Amino acid sequence: MRKYAQLLLIIPFIGMCVLLPVADRIEPYILGLPFLLFWIVLWMILSSVVLLIVYKLDPANKGSEV
Amino acid sequence: MNSALVIIFLVAIVALYLGIRATRGKEMNVNEFAVGNKGFGTLFVFLLIAGEVYTTFTFLGGSGWAYSKGAAAYYVPAYICLAYVLSYWMVPKIWRFANKHGVISQPQYFMKTYNSKALGLVVAFIGLIALIPYIVIQLKGLGIIVSEASYGTISPLMASTIGAAIVTIYVTVSGIHGSAWNAVLKDIMILFVIVFLGIYIPYHYFGGIKPLFEALQTAKPEVLTFASEGFSKSWFISTIVLNAFGFYLLPQSFSVVLSARSERALKKNAITLPLYTILILFAFFIGFSAIIQVPGLEGADGDLSLLRLTMQTFDPWFVGIVGGAGVLTALVPVSVMVMSGAVGLMTGFYKLIKPNSSDRQQLTVSKLFVLFIILTAYIFSIFGGEALAILNIMSYGLITQLVPALIFGFFNTKFMNAYGAIAGIITGVSIVLFNSVTAFKLVNIFPNIPSVINDINIGFVAIAINIFIGVSVSLLTNTFVARESSKVVEEMAK
Repeated sequence: MRKYAQLLLIIPFIGMCVLLPVADRIEPYILGLPFLLFWIVLWMILSSVVLLIVYKLDPANKGSEV
Repeated sequence: MNSALVIIFLVAIVALYLGIRATRGKEMNVNEFAVGNKGFGTLFVFLLIAGEVYTTFTFLGGSGWAYSKGAAAYYVPAYICLAYVLSYWMVPKIWRFANKHGVISQPQYFMKTYNSKALGLVVAFIGLIALIPYIVIQLKGLGIIVSEASYGTISPLMASTIGAAIVTIYVTVSGIHGSAWNAVLKDIMILFVIVFLGIYIPYHYFGGIKPLFEALQTAKPEVLTFASEGFSKSWFISTIVLNAFGFYLLPQSFSVVLSARSERALKKNAITLPLYTILILFAFFIGFSAIIQVPGLEGADGDLSLLRLTMQTFDPWFVGIVGGAGVLTALVPVSVMVMSGAVGLMTGFYKLIKPNSSDRQQLTVSKLFVLFIILTAYIFSIFGGEALAILNIMSYGLITQLVPALIFGFFNTKFMNAYGAIAGIITGVSIVLFNSVTAFKLVNIFPNIPSVINDINIGFVAIAINIFIGVSVSLLTNTFVARESSKVVEEMAK
């Protein structure tokens, strides 16, 4: 299972590209940002989260560094 | 001499000093020069990769795009973020191969993957064509920043000249080490400047970030969403995907990957870099504020929005700090670009004509190529006008044509061999070049297609054709190669 963890990397592409047309709007404002800009920032944060999860799952990162 | 100028000069001198000092106590050889003997840990790799992002583009272009094109500017953090996501999968593969085969440059990587010197040569030249416009833009940007921030005391030409001289000196002395140490100074300064400006300016003029956007929504709501044609959603999506794939193929980013000490240093960076990229948001805040505060900058002058607004808001000494940070954002990337281009030419071209050269000769030749590249870029930055803008748009389009050969190379399949790779790359590159010169769009060929399709980045189309040609040629030549080798076997049996 863990070998396929890298497939999760597709998620940010879905958020940033596939779902983008839904986010192309000014309102509602979130955290002071127009919705479209908030969406981009949100996915930048989620990209980091996804990468962290993949890193933790990836068996190649276990043990001490060679 | 005003206080702004004094501060800018101080920064330039510190940069030169750090750059020269960087190799103290190190025995210089080609490997040390090009990739720091593959010894850079997580922090240096982080700063160098991030340094490629926070170039004069963040300073002038990021705010400039927000100013003149609005939401289209979001493509910058979007593609960079996706490039990091993709890098987790792609970059360790590159690093592992390079580490195993002692690769120190991009052309060499392709040469060894496909066992073809001709391919190495092709990659070296494409890398060079893609790099030069980048360097020119940085030198020009440096000229603009210094001349604006010195209130016109120093001409852009003189500033570019001094900048080019500083880079040449410290790259020749220290190679990638000089860039690494300056990257530390640069990121500290730009972090401070961009965050401070990005918060102070909206609060000073509008009373906050949200009020800034509300003011924009009233005055110019169209800048906050995508256009329906041109810089539309389909342009955005196709461009960020294309650039995400191309990011690590730019010769300078590729070199940084090779300089990493371990795979894990690269993977760890992939996690944090998207967060670091969020900083570019502050540049957008400045550009958006400038739409209302300093209206009327037309065309390329939009890039001046940050500096103009800074000068309108602050005292000269602070303008000097902003200018100094701006100088560093040009010097660091230029040094990595020049270095990676020079080593690329050395491995792709010089080693081809002189395979048995000594390490010392190779180092000298690399340094000569440094001079050659920076002189070429410098001349272009003085005399190149419109041609340059075209080249710059092309850079990513050109370099992404290497993507199919790279990815097929990971899997070592029969679908791509050296002949196919060369044919595919040359076809793709020709399409991109032709498109840049004639500015054709898909609508010229298929008059009735909707703008959703017409706005798709032409690099995408070029890649599709590149893959098709590459795979076809490979499959054809595979049977040819197989027949040739079976002939040899038969003859040997006789």
